[in-house]
Amino acid sequence: MSDKPLVLGTHTLQSRLIVGTGKYATFDQMQQCLEASGSDVITVAVRRERLIDADGRNILDFIDLSRYTILPNTAGCFTAEDAIRVARLGREILEGLENPGSDWVKLEVLGDTKTLLPDPIATLQATEALVKDGFQVLCYTTDDPITAKRLKDAGATSVMPAGSPIGSGQGVLNPNNIRICLEYLKGDDPDYPMIIDAGVGSASDVAFAMELGCDGVLLNTAIAGAKDPLTMSSAMKNACLAGRQSFLAGRIPKKLYATASSPETGIISPSVR
Amino acid sequence: MQITVNDEPRHVDSGTTIADLLTELGMRPKFVAVERNLELVPRARHAECELAENDRLEVVTLVGGG
Repeated sequence: MSDKPLVLGTHTLQSRLIVGTGKYATFDQMQQCLEASGSDVITVAVRRERLIDADGRNILDFIDLSRYTILPNTAGCFTAEDAIRVARLGREILEGLENPGSDWVKLEVLGDTKTLLPDPIATLQATEALVKDGFQVLCYTTDDPITAKRLKDAGATSVMPAGSPIGSGQGVLNPNNIRICLEYLKGDDPDYPMIIDAGVGSASDVAFAMELGCDGVLLNTAIAGAKDPLTMSSAMKNACLAGRQSFLAGRIPKKLYATASSPETGIISPSVR
Repeated sequence: MQITVNDEPRHVDSGTTIADLLTELGMRPKFVAVERNLELVPRARHAECELAENDRLEVVTLVGGG
């Protein structure tokens, strides 16, 4: 079955899996995992340049900028103002590198350090400001359908609800909310993209999110923190594709009682002794 | 004169530009973005932007993240 590519604003993605670049043991391992994921969009963070760096290595030395579109995030920001500053700093770097990722941002405005859950009000304010400033905003948010709708109305290119808290590996905790988000965002606009961002722990979580009808999954820790990140990266790629195909194929309805798969006629006569 | 770079105090000669500072710090200009007193200074202006006493600079780059 043929599938349309995932379109996020002006970006057309080959893969529906977006992966992060954080928490890898080495840049070499990161490179291999990015390759195995099949992703063409990868996220990065914006941080202070260390003033003294023994080996002077930068992640940009290990990323093929002609192959990957970089999606800079605003991770670590707790106010709309700081998120806007970080988004502009990321754009400045990517413009200089002539990477197509200079026109978008993965917006995170966090509420507190314990949950890393988004501050919905600050996220909305930052979305409005960044959209006005010309950014295509991919919004990390909770699975609250009303907030999701407000972010879309504010001009977000994609709304990206968390399945569960960042890095928690709990998967999609409230599939009903995700279903309602999908209905509210896509009801009269079926091509509007919604991505599950955060909380994924294993390949089945990715497949499940895709089967719900999400357009993509964004993850990082689930690969980088696995015992064997390279194998997990490949598993995530396959799960994303499997989940997508399963969604497109249309699953059977769930029923309480059994339905035989084998013919119910032509069965040999029961033994009578 | 005294400035701060990423919260660390630093002494620079007067007339030092942002481009000069990045060279002094051994940073590759293409890999960084610079904020001066909370305002982004585009790369095209690094060579002409002279630092002033008590300037607060943020010099950032891209790192691994999710």
